[in-house]
Amino acid sequence: MTQPALVLADLRKDFGKASIIRGVSLSVTAGERHAIIGPNGAGKSTLFHLISGRFPPSGGTVSLHGRDITRRSPFAINRQGLARSFQVSNLFPRLSVAENIRCAVLWSSGHRYCFWRWADNLADVSARVEDVLAQIGLKQRRDVLAGVLTYAEQRALEIGIAIAGGADVVLLDEPTAGMSRSETSRAIELIREVTVGKTLVMVEHDMSVVFDLADRISVLVYGEIIATGTAAEIKASKAVQEAYLGTVETDD
Amino acid sequence: MATSVAPLLCCYAWTKTLLEQLAISTLNGVIYGMLLFMLASGLTLIFGMMGVLNLAHAAMYMLGAYLGYQISKTLGFLPALILAPLALGIGGALLERYGLRRVHQHGHVSELLFTFGIAFMIQEAVQMIWGRIGVPYRIPSALDFPLFRLFSTPYPAYRIFVLLLAIAIFFGLFAALSRTRIGLIIRAALTHPGMVSMLGHDVPRVFMLVFGAGAGLAGLAGVIGGPIFVTSPSMAGALGAILFTVVVIGGLGSLPGALLASLLVGLVQTFAVVIDVSLDDVFKIAGFTAASTGVFSDIRHTTVAQIAPILPYLMLLVMLVVRPRGLFGSRDV
Amino acid sequence: MTSTFTSRHTGRIVWAAAIVLALLLPELVASKTALTKMCLIGITIVFALSYNVLLGQTGLLSFGHAVYFGLSGFTAIHLINLIGQHQLPIPVLLVPLFAGITGAFFGLLFGVLSTRRHGTAFAMISLAIAELVAASSLILESFFGGESGITTDRSNGPAFFGIDLASQLQVYYLIVGWGVLSAIAMYAYTRTPLGRMAAAVRDNPERAEFIGYSSRMVRLLSFIISAFFAGIAGGLAAINYEIMTATNLSTAASGSVLIMVYIGGAGFFYGPIIGAILISLIQLSLSDITPAWLLYLGLLFVVTVLFAPAGIAGLVERHIPPLRAGMLHRLIPPYLLSGGAGLVFAAGVIALLEMNYHITLNAHEGPLLGLFWMKVDTGQPMAWVAAIIVTLVGFYLFRRTWPIVANAWNDLDSRQPGDLR
Ligand SMILES: Nc1ncnc2c1ncn2[C@@H]1O[C@H](COP(=O)(O)OP(=O)(O)OP(=O)(O)O)[C@@H](O)[C@H]1O
Ligand SMILES: [Mg+2]
Repeated sequence: MTQPALVLADLRKDFGKASIIRGVSLSVTAGERHAIIGPNGAGKSTLFHLISGRFPPSGGTVSLHGRDITRRSPFAINRQGLARSFQVSNLFPRLSVAENIRCAVLWSSGHRYCFWRWADNLADVSARVEDVLAQIGLKQRRDVLAGVLTYAEQRALEIGIAIAGGADVVLLDEPTAGMSRSETSRAIELIREVTVGKTLVMVEHDMSVVFDLADRISVLVYGEIIATGTAAEIKASKAVQEAYLGTVETDD
Repeated sequence: MATSVAPLLCCYAWTKTLLEQLAISTLNGVIYGMLLFMLASGLTLIFGMMGVLNLAHAAMYMLGAYLGYQISKTLGFLPALILAPLALGIGGALLERYGLRRVHQHGHVSELLFTFGIAFMIQEAVQMIWGRIGVPYRIPSALDFPLFRLFSTPYPAYRIFVLLLAIAIFFGLFAALSRTRIGLIIRAALTHPGMVSMLGHDVPRVFMLVFGAGAGLAGLAGVIGGPIFVTSPSMAGALGAILFTVVVIGGLGSLPGALLASLLVGLVQTFAVVIDVSLDDVFKIAGFTAASTGVFSDIRHTTVAQIAPILPYLMLLVMLVVRPRGLFGSRDV
Repeated sequence: MTSTFTSRHTGRIVWAAAIVLALLLPELVASKTALTKMCLIGITIVFALSYNVLLGQTGLLSFGHAVYFGLSGFTAIHLINLIGQHQLPIPVLLVPLFAGITGAFFGLLFGVLSTRRHGTAFAMISLAIAELVAASSLILESFFGGESGITTDRSNGPAFFGIDLASQLQVYYLIVGWGVLSAIAMYAYTRTPLGRMAAAVRDNPERAEFIGYSSRMVRLLSFIISAFFAGIAGGLAAINYEIMTATNLSTAASGSVLIMVYIGGAGFFYGPIIGAILISLIQLSLSDITPAWLLYLGLLFVVTVLFAPAGIAGLVERHIPPLRAGMLHRLIPPYLLSGGAGLVFAAGVIALLEMNYHITLNAHEGPLLGLFWMKVDTGQPMAWVAAIIVTLVGFYLFRRTWPIVANAWNDLDSRQPGDLR
């Protein structure tokens, strides 16, 4: 059995009196594509915030490759090899597309707080930037400011920033939110391509995408994971049908 | 007088002066604190609701004092008490409507820059119109008499008038916030500033009103504070940081916090200026004398009264670094 | 930085021309007062550029940048005095470097306190520190010399290869030398990994943390670098003026550099240079003509914040695409029209302000005021009515003609969508 890349143990988060994450335990194997589904407000994004260090959890632990990263700052966690994207595009609006990617590459290429070399002349960084630009299909738009990109382009750049640093565990929060059918299928191809050999944890609403892409699926409802398993297992699960899939059919 | 009672009398007299000074300083500190509250209440509401730190607030106070002086000279104190705050209130509302709202899209730094520019212009305009040295804004003659005696010192009626007015304003503000519809929106905006836009379409108007009311209150504080403190172009510069200190200590958008912080800062400031003790004096009491020169001797000879003007900045710095949500706030500044 | 100063090529030519011009300027304008003014402008440029490392590049609004200029300047004066007493074996020429190190030291000290936060909280902390330092400088007389400040004599040191700094011309070239070096270094900084991350942190400090960078550390390092160059400017000022007083580190001095940089355009590297030259020239010329010049400066600043938040450099950049497309001439007629109306409006406002000041400040000189080319009798109600009419008419015309300018721009933008934005 391979070692788990990401382990959550009894993770909890309260906002004031409201308990939003109530004891989530999950183990994601290295190389696995794991999807998290659940109704709106279930706490999926909050769970990502807890893992990536945006919020400190109220209880429980997170470990990455066997190392405890609970309550570490986001940059410390990122340096351990975990990167993420955001549900609402969270870019550097006044930097160009290429600079957005370049910034995401700098730390992991070891340039850190360097102020004695030209950023443009770092061959390793530039090569990686070109690769990522080609992967996310924004080569033509490299000099455009991120703030003026179209919505779909911003979503692609959002993914690009997340994967550019070469982190081996990637969290994507609804990467296809708000996209049309064709845009969604292209985005999924992109995700499939850029996460080869990586561990992927992804929040996604589109069931066909989830069942197609994910190795395993966890269902989060009201801050609790009610089921984890393969697509077939989740489809067959009674609890899921009652708590989640049933409501999707009537709601959507 | 018999020689044997002399030491006793002397001791009695000493205690009496001490008590007297204590009582007067406390009363002065409370009055100063209430004036600070009048200014800080508007500032903290604006800051808490809109995220805008109005750097021109102290300049508006100064403008209030000068307008108060000008209007009292021609029309009398009572018209000044009404007209000057009214003018500033309207000016403030217009400033919000046609200035702040415009730069809002560029973020808080732009808003800060805008109010900085306004403060700069008010400062220069006041110096140009009324001169660089200040004006003889005196206590109105109808209120210029000693109301009672504190021990042996007569206490001026005007200060008590200021105190009463400030208390009335305090209760008025509370009533407005807790009883009116606008007050309800303001309170909602204070607790959930991010969701303010969902509260209904009249939120921009509420912002304008609050900004205008804050400016008006600052003007009122200027009109009544001018005669107590010196009405001069330097009155704004010193006050700005003191107000920020009050707002930070009191906590963003918290009126009770602003009240307590105002009184605290008012008392600290008032007491500090009467304590004439330096480190050197402390050393002497402790029984050793240091004979250093240069910067260290400067530090040793500095009295508490001398550093009184620095105290607010020190408090502000410590507060921002150590506890940015203040004593009573729920959010960081 | 988002600077897109045409192609790289043109950019280099302009920079080279600017440096050559700075070197030749004493030959072109031989007067001694001009040389003094040029020294002042050179120092101001370095100071303004250093401020923009904070404001434009890292997005930090500081109300206390003069602290680093001033503290380094005072240190430099003491250093030059020590050199004069043969207690310090360095040439006076190198004093700016040590002043810069002093600035960086204080940048580290105060930066640790302030860079944990950004936005309004950072601005407040910077203000508190500035006021603290300014007030302390009056208390610590033995270092700061109290109200009257401290003085030195730059030519007391040993001559360095014949350079004794006795003449103003030598000082000018010293300023140009350090200024060019500093400007190049600060420009280079914008292109380094840390400089890029400073811009990223300015844009989105939260996201920067998720790509491995501590926003706080980026801000702190930028802060120290900015304070270092402010220190160099302070050292140059100490050499040039041979005196430092408490006003050099006051909040007024900090406010002044903020105004310059913002009017010049904080989003572009050359913006602060334009701002420093322009505002210094305005200060040097207008302060003799009208006592109200600071008010006009404030007005200019507020107008910039409201209507041209990218400053003069932003306006310049906005016109480059139509210039390249050869369509700039389409803008000239609307500009002349609207600009004429704007001038009428401005003339009315200036007339009103000047007349106001005249009756409050110079009443003892009689009612006559020399305004533009006229003599205005401020005792006459007609003069006031005329000024008010000019103001109102100007405002009306401006409001009417501005849409023409806006339309011209819309027209240009629609011809080449994307390219002109
Ligand atoms: N900072 C916060 N303070 C208080 N409550 C919060 C905070 N952030 C999130 N919540 C609440 O936590 C709950 C879960 O939010 P979350 O964004 O994690 O849901 P989600 O599963 O990602 O939903 P969606 O599908 O809409 O993205 C929501 O009810 C939300 O209101
Ligand atoms: Mg979500």
